[in-house]
Amino acid sequence: MDDLIADFVAECREMLDALGGEIVAWEASPDDRARLDSIFRFVHTVKGNCGFFDFPRLEALSHAAEDALADCRAGRRTPDSALVSAVLAVIDRIGEMIASIDAGEGVPDGDDSQLIEALAPGAEGPVVQVAATVAADGATKGGSTPRTIRLSVELLDRVMSGVSDMVLARNELARRLREAPGEVAVDGAFERLSGIIAEMRDAITRTRMQRIENLFVALPRMVRDLSAELGKQVLVDIDGGDVELDREMIEMIRDPLTHIIRNAVDHGIESPAERLKAGKREIGLLAVSARQSGNQILIEIADDGKGIDGSKLVEKAVANGVIERDAAQKMTRGEQLALIFEAGLSTAQAVTAISGRGVGMDVVRSNVERIGGVVEVDSKPGTGTRMTLRVPLTLTIIPALTVSIGTQHFAIPRSAIEEIVRANGSSVTLETIGGAGVATIRGRRVPEVALADVLGLPNQMADEDRTLVVLRPAGGDVYALAVDKIHDHEELVVKPAAPAVMATGLYAGTTLADDGSPILLFDPAGLAQVGGVRLEAIERGGRGVDAPVVANSNEVPVLLFRGLDGARRALRLGVVDRIEEVEPAAIRKTAGQLRVQLGEAILPLAGVDKPKNLEGKIRVFRLNDGCHELGYAFREVIDLMTVDRDVIPADVPGAISGVTLIDGEPAELIDAHWLFAEYLGASVRSQAQLVCRLPENDAWMQNMLRPIVEAAGYLVIGEQDELAADVTIVSQGKSIEAEQAGRILRLETDPDAANGEDSIYRYDRAGLLMALKASSAGRR
Amino acid sequence: MNELLLIVSIAGSRVALPAAAVESVVELEALIPVPRAPSHLAGLSALRSRVLTVIDCQRSLELGTTELNDGELHEAAVVELDGHHYALTVDAVEDVVEALSDPVPIRAAMGDGWERVSKGMVETEEGPLLLVDIAALVAGPNTEARAA
Repeated sequence: MDDLIADFVAECREMLDALGGEIVAWEASPDDRARLDSIFRFVHTVKGNCGFFDFPRLEALSHAAEDALADCRAGRRTPDSALVSAVLAVIDRIGEMIASIDAGEGVPDGDDSQLIEALAPGAEGPVVQVAATVAADGATKGGSTPRTIRLSVELLDRVMSGVSDMVLARNELARRLREAPGEVAVDGAFERLSGIIAEMRDAITRTRMQRIENLFVALPRMVRDLSAELGKQVLVDIDGGDVELDREMIEMIRDPLTHIIRNAVDHGIESPAERLKAGKREIGLLAVSARQSGNQILIEIADDGKGIDGSKLVEKAVANGVIERDAAQKMTRGEQLALIFEAGLSTAQAVTAISGRGVGMDVVRSNVERIGGVVEVDSKPGTGTRMTLRVPLTLTIIPALTVSIGTQHFAIPRSAIEEIVRANGSSVTLETIGGAGVATIRGRRVPEVALADVLGLPNQMADEDRTLVVLRPAGGDVYALAVDKIHDHEELVVKPAAPAVMATGLYAGTTLADDGSPILLFDPAGLAQVGGVRLEAIERGGRGVDAPVVANSNEVPVLLFRGLDGARRALRLGVVDRIEEVEPAAIRKTAGQLRVQLGEAILPLAGVDKPKNLEGKIRVFRLNDGCHELGYAFREVIDLMTVDRDVIPADVPGAISGVTLIDGEPAELIDAHWLFAEYLGASVRSQAQLVCRLPENDAWMQNMLRPIVEAAGYLVIGEQDELAADVTIVSQGKSIEAEQAGRILRLETDPDAANGEDSIYRYDRAGLLMALKASSAGRR
Repeated sequence: MNELLLIVSIAGSRVALPAAAVESVVELEALIPVPRAPSHLAGLSALRSRVLTVIDCQRSLELGTTELNDGELHEAAVVELDGHHYALTVDAVEDVVEALSDPVPIRAAMGDGWERVSKGMVETEEGPLLLVDIAALVAGPNTEARAA
């Protein structure tokens, strides 16, 4: 009897789970016959079983609900919201009773007459028996159920671990066969065995897979209840329920997902009134989708609510002492948003019962990270928030690359590897900047870490002889890991290592390699952290990759900052390599110029007008033009912004190329080109460079002509510069000293005055270019 | 029935391990070191397609170092703790005896390392022995556990 009850409970549970979504869908379209049928089927099954088991209370409830629904099915009654709510209440009560039966307490005492009354059809006609329909329905149900059996998960796990051990044993056998070559027949038999084991492993892995639908079916009901409680209207859009995921993983992400959705409904989506005011539809949209990407599953939860207020988060984080005020000012928007994952932060004005207790998102992150996943957040104020959960498909078998340092082998998960390059390859250069390694791979700057250094192992190989493994830790940004040698791709059955090993933060687990010796599997994110690859540096690497996209749009990303003199300035992001902090002592006037020492490099320093007044730590932008570097001292970073090209040019060429409005306030744009030209000066000018002299105080020439001249390959100098010019361009009517002037071009404002030779109409672009080209040809 | 004890010698001292906790006694082959791990964690070793985490008991007790990679075979007691298998290096495995008493606190002053892993003194037919707490032995010196 107990067994039968257990089966009954299990069946009801399963149906209840599946029903959550159906009921909400039915409410949305009460005419939907399929939904009505499935709900009817549930109460009918419960009723039938109750009679058998003698649960009179359960029977009365399900009977009443069945009658009401039967009326709807027969068309005698139209389902309305009152009926839906009443049916919902009945189903909830049934769920409670089943839970209590499951716990071995039997059906508790209580009164259900109110629930049953609520089902009453009100002014409608008398209830008639519909036994015939019921019988027919029961029959179809039996036919459509797929052939399945119930297995205990424990058994599956045991089979799984058995297969894992079998794979290891096969690997060992393979090694022994290699060592002692036997007969061809033995090898052939082994190959077959090997293939069968691989197939079996796939199959057993699949048995542990579950459709993520199991996780998603409960969501519509949850959101419905939640939004009703909060007086909001939310529409749930679920996609990708057929994606399959390891059963264990589904359990692991259940809580994080629930929490994120609660947050989205509670904090993200506004009340209908607010939404109307903001010009949105009254009904908020919550889109939950899952898809597979490589060996990861991406689950996205996107709402179209009010988004996350980054500055509010920062304020709160500073107030709670999570971050320093200094650090807060340097934060990019991405970093600001990432603050929601810090413990003890919540931007909700008031603590509600649903969320906003300030616990949660940090727990969400740690739960997801524990299973090797990542949570990312992206939010635009006013338009919504998108949370992305990335989790590995399965926990146990990981394709990996084995590498070695000295004589020891390690494994790196394949999923994190972006590419592998030789350090001495033509497209790769290695540099040490301030003690930190930077690899330039096909023009992309990537932080470089030597594995030997991270592990504290003796360093016997020259950097150039190493191989760089470019890694992208799940969700993070790329960095290059220098290893001595690359070996083989292997499929590893990874097991967690002892706590003391995991505590190093470097490893994701241990396993046995094909040769039977233990091997450690790296955690790429942990390696980066221990290797000292800073988030800032990591982000730069990412921006480098994004640059081409930005170039195509009409907006230029700039770094808005406050100079040492307090002025708001902006610098194109592309030229900023990174930000450094130095002591005033590191800034000195040497060899006739102010210079700053950054690590092992000494760079010319700009941005300082009164070197004597330097106090405390000085922040310095490290600017890079591809081959030379320059320092620019500043007080603080304000934000990362974009400007369209509406710039009022400066009258005099100099460190400031113009003024523009950024974020509603004027800001000076730094002319990086001028800075490099000025501070690196003659020392780096190559002799072969063509030189063109332009009047410094002619704004038209500096802003309109200069780019053309520079594009033609000329170095532009001013009237006072001592360099010999190949070409000198002057406005009409101005006199010049012929000495060191080279060829002289006069620009006419009147088209008719130009003779096409040495005087050219100033908007005759073709003529100008021709003249410039002619000069350069003459020189060569 | 009284608890069975495995008598081993660590750093020259004869001590007792609860025999029920010891799965087997093995001879360790080559070790794979674990860079950056606490120093008493000597490395990893394979045993019948399982990975063993090898604990250098001398280091754990801060009583010296066991030379493990000298090409010779070393005896170790295999124990399971929280689902992980550890091999505890010992100088020698001697005997299994029956405990004749419950562990009682030792009032004499012990060395720091021993103090930390002590579960008390038990009487056996071979005289009183120190009963070692395996979890404490695996955890190693406190300072290092924290640093890791």
